[in-house]
Amino acid sequence: MPSKVEGWKDEVYGTEIRDHLLEFAEDGWESIPEDERDAWFERFKWWGLYHQRKGQESYFMMRIGTPMGRITPEQLRVVGELAAEYATGPAENPEWGGAYCDWTTRQSIQLHWIELQDVPDIFEELEANGLSTIQACGDSWRNIVGSPLAGRDADEHLDVWPLVQELNDEFNGNPAYSNLPRKWKVSVTGDTRGSGQGDINDLAFEPATKELDGETVKGFNVRVGGGLSRKEPRLARDVDVFCRPERMTDVSAGISALFRDYGDRDDRFNARIKFLVDEWGTEKLRRVLQEEYVDYDLPTAGEDLRDQYDYNAGRADSTGDYIGVHEQADGQYFLGLSVLMGRTSAADTIALADLAEEYGSEMVGITQRQNLVVADIAEADLEDFLAEPLLERYAPDPHPFMRGSIACTGTEYCSLSIVETKNRMVRYARWLKENVPVPEGVEDFHIHLSGCTASCAQPQIADISLRGMKTRKDGEPVEAFDVGLGGGLGENPQFADWVEMRVAADEVPGYIANLLETFEVRREDGESFRDFVARHDEEALQTLADPEETSYHDPFMHNTKMTWYPYAEEDGLDASPAPSGEPADD
Amino acid sequence: MTTAVHQLDDGAWLSVNDERRVNVGDLWLLAGDSVCDCPLTDFLAEGFVEVAADGPAVEARVAGQCIACGASGVTDWLEMGRVDREGRFRAVETISVHRPRPDRRPSPE
Repeated sequence: MPSKVEGWKDEVYGTEIRDHLLEFAEDGWESIPEDERDAWFERFKWWGLYHQRKGQESYFMMRIGTPMGRITPEQLRVVGELAAEYATGPAENPEWGGAYCDWTTRQSIQLHWIELQDVPDIFEELEANGLSTIQACGDSWRNIVGSPLAGRDADEHLDVWPLVQELNDEFNGNPAYSNLPRKWKVSVTGDTRGSGQGDINDLAFEPATKELDGETVKGFNVRVGGGLSRKEPRLARDVDVFCRPERMTDVSAGISALFRDYGDRDDRFNARIKFLVDEWGTEKLRRVLQEEYVDYDLPTAGEDLRDQYDYNAGRADSTGDYIGVHEQADGQYFLGLSVLMGRTSAADTIALADLAEEYGSEMVGITQRQNLVVADIAEADLEDFLAEPLLERYAPDPHPFMRGSIACTGTEYCSLSIVETKNRMVRYARWLKENVPVPEGVEDFHIHLSGCTASCAQPQIADISLRGMKTRKDGEPVEAFDVGLGGGLGENPQFADWVEMRVAADEVPGYIANLLETFEVRREDGESFRDFVARHDEEALQTLADPEETSYHDPFMHNTKMTWYPYAEEDGLDASPAPSGEPADD
Repeated sequence: MTTAVHQLDDGAWLSVNDERRVNVGDLWLLAGDSVCDCPLTDFLAEGFVEVAADGPAVEARVAGQCIACGASGVTDWLEMGRVDREGRFRAVETISVHRPRPDRRPSPE
């Protein structure tokens, strides 16, 4: 039997949601019938609006999808201005103030505390500037990820930006693909770094070459069924298909239609295509794709370039991100700036837009490591740009622990999260920077902190993986983490081994310090942390270090989920300024 | 009176009559559950898997793990609370000991 959500989607879904949304916006929050709110909140996601968690009723997170994380400086300014005007909530975050922008691991932008009545004005401003929230959440084609430097990166196989624009135009607002069984995440990689992180997406185009009709063709191998959510992580599987660039839209249409028709609509927990690939295997998936969805003979896979991948790969011989100064193919430079936990204040966002424009940049990129890239800086301007005061906060040469830390939204706004995330990870990174020697030769050390098993911070593919948990300390429940080690992508992707379970949040920094001390003593010459972990079995990994209380202080040990906002002075649910649905005597 | 129950946002919360009533992330003390062999399962609720309402009782099967022994699993049917005659939902206290049932409560005649 189709799930309840499928029933709501059958009634109203896709582009038609917009008219209803705008009508509710005009009439106000209270105009949404109480017995229809669950259904409408589920539908609003399709237009990028996600109702915030308990205690924050009537406020929404708004997600803006930016294909491959590419925006212009002007668009960056628009986002910053919208954040300043509309994303200011009833309480301030102690780290980022009252209004800020989140840059996500899928290269989108998130604003919080959005109120329904402001949505029409925000949509108008976004769309007047070539931005949109369409399909940013919900069961459809999501934001397409890939390197924002496509067409500029010197380490490139093919410039995929025109192809991604074509996909975006074809599958956004297309009724044939607007109601899928579940989210549909697509990655297109055109560089030789592997920066599209295709292995963790539903559909991945990976750079490859193939001899066809006597000529060497540059194109893509196709992988299907990757994803990290729940405790069911999967790497995308090779379906033995080579795709010419001009066939990318056809192949994408075929596979997403296959998912639309054969995906599980009865059980949302089993709906992602990774489970269909588990059930069918890759040979059946390829056969059904060929027989029912594609009208030309699919070539078998070509020769891939995966041995060159270094993005988030934990390699000792290269860094795994875009941080720093890099030469573009045209002789200009792009600068990768470290954005702590993927969040910038609205004021800094506007300041960065001004700076980028002043130096003639035509593109600011959002990376899958929650950082920002400013492209097109002339060599003659590099020195001045690097001396700009704003770059003290968004450094192109950050400390390795600041550089490699990413975190999801957490209990600040998210219903699923078990623990507080971004502010805690800032405190972790700062404590590590001040107290823990960086192992010799390590320039970026990846710590991914995710509040729950949904894995929005991609915890399974980090040097150190932290996943939100609870434990008891002195009998009292406290926030905690499961700790995994040695994950990463690259030629041979590997999910982290979960080594230490239910470590109290205030003992995690001590654990990392002890672990890195052991690593430095026992590593082989030049060995990366990931390789060090890989040569130990599970039992040995558990003996490497112990959790420990240190000088680190954690102010979020209590149940932050039971607050209306974890950083408010009066943080209890009964102090929430939101219109609660609960009767007063409940 | 019919009670509408849903699990939503990837099982993040239980909705009763279109209001968010029970979150994931809480600890529940469970007796006699099949998740683990601990005398009392100190259960972290990580996601609502199935939800149902029969008469006043709202029940759910919940995915999560025992934070004492680390065993993961899905609970049997666990009472989340009751809807009174005025339609108000009253959640159970999670700090009390709860005993999940292999089968849902029978519907009232």
